[in-house]
Amino acid sequence: MSREMRLWTVLFVLGGLALLAKGTLTESGLGRLYVKPARTAEQGEVIAWTAAEPMETDARLSPARTVGLWIAAFLTLGIFSYLYRDNVLYKLAESIIVGVSAGYYFVAGFWDSIVAQLLVELAPDFTRAHFRPGFDLTRHDTDWWFVVPLVLSVFLFCKFVPGVGWLARWPLAFVVGTFAGLRLVLFLDADFVSQIRNTIMPLVVYSADGSFLVWSSLRNLGIILSVLACLTYFFFSVEHKGAIGRVSRIGIWVLMITFGASFAFTVMGRITLLTKRFEFLFVDWLRLIGG
Amino acid sequence: MLDFLTTLDRRWIFLMMALAVAIPVLTQATFPEAPTPPTRAVFKAVEDLPAGSLVLLAFDYDPGSAPELQPMATAFTRHCCLKKHKMIFLTLWPTGTPMVDQTIRDVIDGEFADLSLKYGEDYVNLGYRPGNEVTIKGVATEIRKLYNTDANGTSLDDLPLTKPVRNLFDTKLLLNVSAGYPGAKEWVQYGGTLGEIKIGVGVTGVQAPQMYPYYPDQVLGMLAALKGAAEYEAALGDRYEQYRDPKRNAAILRMGPQLFAHLLMVGLIVLGNVVHFANRRRGVA
Repeated sequence: MSREMRLWTVLFVLGGLALLAKGTLTESGLGRLYVKPARTAEQGEVIAWTAAEPMETDARLSPARTVGLWIAAFLTLGIFSYLYRDNVLYKLAESIIVGVSAGYYFVAGFWDSIVAQLLVELAPDFTRAHFRPGFDLTRHDTDWWFVVPLVLSVFLFCKFVPGVGWLARWPLAFVVGTFAGLRLVLFLDADFVSQIRNTIMPLVVYSADGSFLVWSSLRNLGIILSVLACLTYFFFSVEHKGAIGRVSRIGIWVLMITFGASFAFTVMGRITLLTKRFEFLFVDWLRLIGG
Repeated sequence: MLDFLTTLDRRWIFLMMALAVAIPVLTQATFPEAPTPPTRAVFKAVEDLPAGSLVLLAFDYDPGSAPELQPMATAFTRHCCLKKHKMIFLTLWPTGTPMVDQTIRDVIDGEFADLSLKYGEDYVNLGYRPGNEVTIKGVATEIRKLYNTDANGTSLDDLPLTKPVRNLFDTKLLLNVSAGYPGAKEWVQYGGTLGEIKIGVGVTGVQAPQMYPYYPDQVLGMLAALKGAAEYEAALGDRYEQYRDPKRNAAILRMGPQLFAHLLMVGLIVLGNVVHFANRRRGVA
């Protein structure tokens, strides 16, 4: 056994003992989840459960949710282990995430798109009988317009059938054409015309009572000069020399400040994710804080 | 020393970052938050609406971005409940459905259970519809083209709250919590452009720089990342005494670790530059 392996074995044993001690010797113990009835059938049978606090009167321990909590804790540690070195625990956790995500999107796509958007329109009674019992009871008639998306969807799969693969281009053409038309007008309005309008602002700002607002004026001046400098940097029809070169250099600085702000915001987001995982480990699993 | 710093194993930095985040989490260190103008604008928009106004809450995020965005969703819903606004929930993300459900469960059915808000009268969950921009355009023009039923399959005409609603512009305010595409940008482009609607957004840190150009003309205000969420919670605490306890505010609690992690980051960046220039002077790099 190598020195590193011995070290890890000792660490794992100590970790296990610490967990055992925390679970048996402290009042708060380790992660357990409780549930209480959320919905009850007419015969008195509970048909849905919801999360509950242990002190609530009708709360009971949920073995399934507790196992889920422990699996989540070990998968979190498995992901963290990558920071030391790539290993089998990390690979396992990563594969589970990919598999669960793919499965979730597949199921969500079936129920939310095929059933909720297509089948309910083509065969309302069939959908009610086999997929969505609570679906709008007043709907019985087929909306034949929905045959069009059905046919186009089937055409997409023709890509895999030799000889009729060209049919798959029709739905793609439909999607591309629709989005091009939709985006052209609204994107131009929101991101071009409105953005130009937003940049047309007074360089000298006065308040309602007529006093000069220094910071607002400087802010507006800064925005206008920054926009002009950035636009100059992206104007390639003139060589960036002399005055144009100096202005475009300011444009680069403005862009760099923007990228710096983006990076800082991204760091904030990633630290938040780490904080949440620690909260989960310390509060939900190890119960070190929060009772 | 310089050689030690140059060859420092990055795993020591990971450990330092872990400690910088873990210790404030364990000590639950919190710091005061002062709402900035973009956050105050959203707060004021919700606060100034007459009680009972109809608000559309679009939660376009998934569990991966929930640590940043769930506090915003909770704060928006909490504020609407406090002001007794009517709420319509929807999501453009298939993974957003449990986020909407969780918010309704925690805030409407949990925190405000004593108000006994009735489904269909006080709030409605439209759930998820595929289509991204097309869905937004559908909501902005004729909501029933896409949302003929709510998330439970009940016709919108059978729910008192949604019966008179024809499109987005029948609501008084759109509050969007967004983690990317489709989200805040698309609501501005495909929703806000088609008519007069006040839009307030809460976005992830990654998305915030893309959204600033829309403020304050195309979005009335913005909650940028966890900081924005903490500011909104602070604004709620300033106005409503029961929310001054930091333990009731997830974002304010998470800003403690942010401070120490950022201090560490700044220190490491400065140290990295010092090492770089020192090495350059020595002719090493």
